[in-house]
Amino acid sequence: MADPRAMSRLLHNPVAVIAAAILLFLALASVAGPFFLPASYAQPGPLSFEPPSSAHPFGTDINGRDILYRVLSGGRISLLVGICGAAVSLLIGTTYGLVAGYAGGRVDAAMMRVVDILYSVPRLVFILVCINAFDQHLRELADGLGWTWLVSSSRLAVLILALGVIEWLTLARIVRGQTLALKSRQFVDAAAALGQSHSKILLRHILPNMTGVIAVYLTLTIPAVIIDESFLSFLGLGIQAPQSSWGSLLADGAAALNPVKIRWWLVVFPAATMALALMALNFLGDALRDAFDPRT
Amino acid sequence: MAFVLRRLAGLVAVLFCVVTITFFLMRVSPGGPFDSERKIPPAIEKQLLMKYKLDGTLWQQYSGYLGDLLKGDLRLSTKYRNRSVAEILRQTLPVTMTLGLGAFVLASAAGIFLGVFAAAGRGGPRDFLAMLLALLAISLPSFVIGPVLILVFGIWLGWLPVGGWGSIPAMVLPTITLAAPYIAYIARLLRGSMIEVLGQDFVRTARAKGVRELSVLYRHALRVAILPVVSFLGPLAAHLLTGSIVVETLFHIPGAGGFFVHSILNRDGFLLGGIVIVYCAMLVVFNMVVDILYTLLDRRIRLDG
Repeated sequence: MADPRAMSRLLHNPVAVIAAAILLFLALASVAGPFFLPASYAQPGPLSFEPPSSAHPFGTDINGRDILYRVLSGGRISLLVGICGAAVSLLIGTTYGLVAGYAGGRVDAAMMRVVDILYSVPRLVFILVCINAFDQHLRELADGLGWTWLVSSSRLAVLILALGVIEWLTLARIVRGQTLALKSRQFVDAAAALGQSHSKILLRHILPNMTGVIAVYLTLTIPAVIIDESFLSFLGLGIQAPQSSWGSLLADGAAALNPVKIRWWLVVFPAATMALALMALNFLGDALRDAFDPRT
Repeated sequence: MAFVLRRLAGLVAVLFCVVTITFFLMRVSPGGPFDSERKIPPAIEKQLLMKYKLDGTLWQQYSGYLGDLLKGDLRLSTKYRNRSVAEILRQTLPVTMTLGLGAFVLASAAGIFLGVFAAAGRGGPRDFLAMLLALLAISLPSFVIGPVLILVFGIWLGWLPVGGWGSIPAMVLPTITLAAPYIAYIARLLRGSMIEVLGQDFVRTARAKGVRELSVLYRHALRVAILPVVSFLGPLAAHLLTGSIVVETLFHIPGAGGFFVHSILNRDGFLLGGIVIVYCAMLVVFNMVVDILYTLLDRRIRLDG
């Protein structure tokens, strides 16, 4: 349900417009940028640790690869994981919250207690173990089925699924709260009196009334998933070489830092790009929240 | 008291789940517990397999592991052959705990100060400045802040060591890196609840009585406004423990987090299991303490106001 007033509030918020423009620019640059750079930039070259120059505006890394190219193609992976992971969390969180809120009573209390417990467990630590446990199994499974596309990107698929499984808690809480509020409204009573099934009431009457709120939290989940993915890749447990993401670029940069030869470009450019994307996402999320829910 | 007992029972149940999940994750992880590159004499390997019942059925392996845990035996590391998991943890956990505790204190103290500071000047320039800073720190994960801090303070300015552990200056950058996002989070949380509390009657009464402004803020309002922050302390501890893995790797700190990453890369099952179980046990106990603290605080408020 697109609230036209919310849209106009959003468009009149300069912060939101600037953040959206930055995100659009970054997404376009990540998707299309690598095609416009010389093909040789993707390959290791003779110039290792070259400082920024007109040929390599962001400098080169240990293998002589162009940092600009790597930041852009890394952005592709980071944004892809962020968006798909958030979509997985949307599915889990919304379903969980709808069921808990609609069932109410003891079921609700038990389901929310589980969420409370999960909040205070180091979920990322468990997921780390899971990713490494299941990656090989998935690859073998895909190999057996003859799905070659999945064999090469099984790590990416496991990452997306795993990160979606981590980041659904907040959304579940929000959706549950909304469901509790909506289910006591008269149109829900009316639908029930007409003899509609529970699933129809949930999907037709309750869910469409909270799309705005869900959209807001989806925007805030994307940066969280991007951070998680980069966390794993930073430790060398996420995206595997030769693929790169912002996290693995930062890990490479941090590893090459030493006081004798200051290779600042290895840290500064990936860090700045990632910071720009995360801040734009957070600003946009906050602006969306203000637009859809002016009370808070 | 009944509350504490109920929480203790819950604690045991949660720990049991953690142990079970960890065990089965260890099982599905590729590579057997003892097949590493380094070969050991077959006689010893056989004895180890016997000792840990690894040649038995899944149930025998599971009950064997559970039994060993109950005896307090976390078993041997399979990578670092001659060291037990308990021994490794004894050496590395204090380092992680020091780092975590430092960040915990810094995050709470600086967060509370910043939150009250912003709420007191609501709408003014210092509120704006504090919240802008907070938004920056929240948006940026430790692996962005950390390398930049190393670059600026460790390398360009040369003020602080870029890694290692053991001296006070070496602890400054890791602690700040770990605490920064949570300083910001606590500040935002507290600002919101302070603004709400500052509008209430008892604050107006205190002001009317002529209580000093600092005292109104920190003694009257903060005592009530702190509650959401207290309930964040549990998740905060979990976040700090996870975050310390990155910070330890980044600053080359010999803590348990580094061993955790290595145990995954080396497929060192028992070490991995041991670290996960100990981490979770610490968090569950900590959460219980926070919960008890919360009810105590809550009760006093109910009695007072």
